Amino acid sequence: MALLELRELSKRFGGLQALARVNLTVEDGMIASLIGPNGAGKTTLFNTLTGIYPPDEGEIQFRDRSLVGLKPDRITHAGISRTFQNIRLFSHMTVLENVLVGMHLHMHTGLAEILLRTKHSQAREKDARHKAMELIELTGLAGREGEWAHQLSYGEQRRLEVARALAAQPKLLLLDEPTAGMNTTEAQSLMTLFRQLLGPYVQAILLIEHNMRVVMGISHRVHVLDYGEKIAEGHPDEVRQDPRVIEAYLGHGVWAGNAQS
Amino acid sequence: MNPSLASIGLLVYITGSSILAYLHPQSTLAFLLFEASLLLIYYSSARPGVKFMLGALVLLVLMPILGFINAYYLEISVEVGIYVALALGLNIVVGFVGLLNLGFVAFYAIGAYLWAIFGSPQANEFIAGGFFPLASYWFFVFLILSIAIGAATGVLLGLPVLRLRGDYLAVVTLGFAEVVRALVNNLDKPINLTNGPKGISPIEKPPLFFQPVLEFFGIQVTTAKLYPLYFYFLVLFLVLGIILVTRRLEDSRIGRAWKAIREDELAAAAMGIPVVRMKLFGFAVGASFASAVGVLFAAKQVFINPESFTFMESIGVLAMVIVGGMGSVPGAVLGATGVTILNLQLLKGLSLWLNSLRQSGAIVSIPFLGSYALSQIPAQLEPAKYERMVFGLILIVMMIFRPQGILPPRQDQRK
Repeated sequence: MALLELRELSKRFGGLQALARVNLTVEDGMIASLIGPNGAGKTTLFNTLTGIYPPDEGEIQFRDRSLVGLKPDRITHAGISRTFQNIRLFSHMTVLENVLVGMHLHMHTGLAEILLRTKHSQAREKDARHKAMELIELTGLAGREGEWAHQLSYGEQRRLEVARALAAQPKLLLLDEPTAGMNTTEAQSLMTLFRQLLGPYVQAILLIEHNMRVVMGISHRVHVLDYGEKIAEGHPDEVRQDPRVIEAYLGHGVWAGNAQS
Repeated sequence: MNPSLASIGLLVYITGSSILAYLHPQSTLAFLLFEASLLLIYYSSARPGVKFMLGALVLLVLMPILGFINAYYLEISVEVGIYVALALGLNIVVGFVGLLNLGFVAFYAIGAYLWAIFGSPQANEFIAGGFFPLASYWFFVFLILSIAIGAATGVLLGLPVLRLRGDYLAVVTLGFAEVVRALVNNLDKPINLTNGPKGISPIEKPPLFFQPVLEFFGIQVTTAKLYPLYFYFLVLFLVLGIILVTRRLEDSRIGRAWKAIREDELAAAAMGIPVVRMKLFGFAVGASFASAVGVLFAAKQVFINPESFTFMESIGVLAMVIVGGMGSVPGAVLGATGVTILNLQLLKGLSLWLNSLRQSGAIVSIPFLGSYALSQIPAQLEPAKYERMVFGLILIVMMIFRPQGILPPRQDQRK
């Protein structure tokens, strides 16, 4: 079953065609990757999908429901949450608070309950903290929950972004270059984490990634963007062989041919 | 420090400073030392329960007793309380939600005029029947009403304005405050709603509903002595109520949503927070606090006019929040208290002291430089007149050495 389906999605910024009639499907239970050279439109696709930019044309179907025209918070409500390429944590809030913010839409505590500090609201708060701690442990941040988010190391901040996105209990998790700036070991452990997430925490993952070792190792399906157009799609091994993909990454000519072998 | 030792030390200090203030009712210094006891309680390592008891002792017992001897102490405390309440309201908007509001005083004015118009004969000007002034017990109805009206004005202003960010928002809020001031200044014609620059008086005070109880116990107190005490307790409970509400909001999903918006609006939206609704709500909460304080202010002053609600007032409250530490409740309380005491007591005290030196006619001999008659201290040297300058200096020093404020939010409280 298709969890997410993009049909003929287009987005222009002035003269720049950032996305040109992109079709893309993410199936239930799948880790899909989105790759492409810099400026290919990968992050634009995420931003259009999450309601930050409205699409110019095309349709976004998520769980048989259109997401076009919805505001970002409603899209999160519908079951998609994301991380950001350039980390966007709430710096002057603690690690725990960052994760708790992600739970906002599942808490439903009313104003009166908060002001009166009813048993119910306290129980919810306690429950949320408990769940948040689970996610903090899952992402390997146990013991750091009381620190300001900006005090974490770069790799830890990336993990915290994942924990925060998971707190929104999404069906589909969007990861924008989760391993950027990490060494191989760090990237590998993050990949292991992502595989664990599939099933108990999320139904599907769509990730943007530059690290080909990561992409090829984890993805069930790879989509390739170049100049806003989708040029290839398939199993990692198929995509690796695709001459158009090679051309997009390396240019064409004799040297490209050499690189391929 | 050992908690028990700290408790004993605090008790000794409180006893000593209150006796000192009791014996020297005219001494500014003695009263300042007494006021400092609250700060010491806050900072001490005593157990929370002990701190609470000591704080209650100072605020509920000792302060009223001292104020009974010298009503000026109560006057200052009420003034401090009013600014603390305003600073706490603005702290929600600026400190939590991160919206720069330069026109906060507008909501304060709305609350003040709300009670001033209906709690004085003023409303007879446009509502026939001679119902006004309303009986004094209506004060409490209006206190509640002002919370709703303040929140509603906050939302009304917020709806068109909250698409703006940063400096743009600041300019519009500044404009809004000036519009409100211009309105109350000019709404004396065609229908006389606000009596214009002449102001409104006399405004009804809250009812002395507890007087029969006092008389029952054989306590005879003149109303002139009773009102300062009454206002002191009213302001105290209002401030405590505001602190309670703020604290509870801060540690809830709403408070976290506010702070998330302050830190990164886009990421907050991506986490499922309805940004516009949350911003409006923050605006409304801050405005409702200010508006409630306004009602109290009008009742305390008996007379109000547009001069009490100038732009400098908004800036003053904002500076209190910044000095104290944005986004921190203890910070807002400390900032407002410190700045108000500085204005009302320290600088005035210094002026009085310089005056007394001048009049003493003493001559000081300075080695190698000859002698200097103290009566020659220039009359321009009058610290009370330099209020804004001292204030500006404090802000500059703060920005250089402690930009996060005296008591910035602490992470260990937010675990």
